[in-house]
Amino acid sequence: MISDPRELSFERVPGQPGAGAEAALVLRFPSTVGYADPAVDLIARECYPEGDPGRQALFRLRVALAEAVANAIQCGNGADPAKFVQVQVELFSDRIRLAVTDEGPGFDPTAVPDPRDPGLLESPCGRGLFIIRHLAEQVEFNEKGNTIWMTLPRW
Amino acid sequence: MGLTSTTHGHVTVIRVDGQLTVGNRQELKATVQAGLDAGGRKFVIDCSSTGYIDSSGLGALVTIAKRVREADGQVRLCGLNEDLRSLFELTKLDTLFAIFPGAGEALEGY
Repeated sequence: MISDPRELSFERVPGQPGAGAEAALVLRFPSTVGYADPAVDLIARECYPEGDPGRQALFRLRVALAEAVANAIQCGNGADPAKFVQVQVELFSDRIRLAVTDEGPGFDPTAVPDPRDPGLLESPCGRGLFIIRHLAEQVEFNEKGNTIWMTLPRW
Repeated sequence: MGLTSTTHGHVTVIRVDGQLTVGNRQELKATVQAGLDAGGRKFVIDCSSTGYIDSSGLGALVTIAKRVREADGQVRLCGLNEDLRSLFELTKLDTLFAIFPGAGEALEGY
């Protein structure tokens, strides 16, 4: 277990780095919104153990991860604290590959409407995936639609 | 996140320190609602100390703008850095908000 200063507990699951990856980290945490920001903080620190990579890289990582984690907690797991979100992180010399998995039934990412449509512009939700697609170099889903893979530049 | 709310004449300025996300957006909504309940109608949300905003935070700002507009009030945003500004432009939310470089400009003639 990794204890966060805010007294949250993250479960570190043993993970092997994939081919070419420098390191791998897998975290699990319950689906309550209070875990979202601390999870992002923790993973950002693990991705940059030697310090600040610069504003832009950190912004992309934090926002894309925050979106995916929020979607997993709220949409995937319905904010049910008995259900867990798992984040898998693979660090490469030039990029970061993240997988965020929830326990929900999955969704069809092609069916998500464009949040810039005039009728949707004032909607309070529906922008997360759109923002992820903009920030990440590559976005993929598993067939079920409950895991999103995102590749981001590391620097 | 920390919120600092100050009053400048009849304008409430709320500074958002840190991030505005799913974890804390309710706090910002509640702060603006308290301002509305107290009779305030003009708000400036100062993002000059905001590191990042996720879509839940953007959604909260949209909800706040709508709620304030329905009460015949106005919301101005200021202090967005280049990254935050790009999120607003990307999502076209820059068309929904009056965005100013800093709190000084946002307060001018308000």
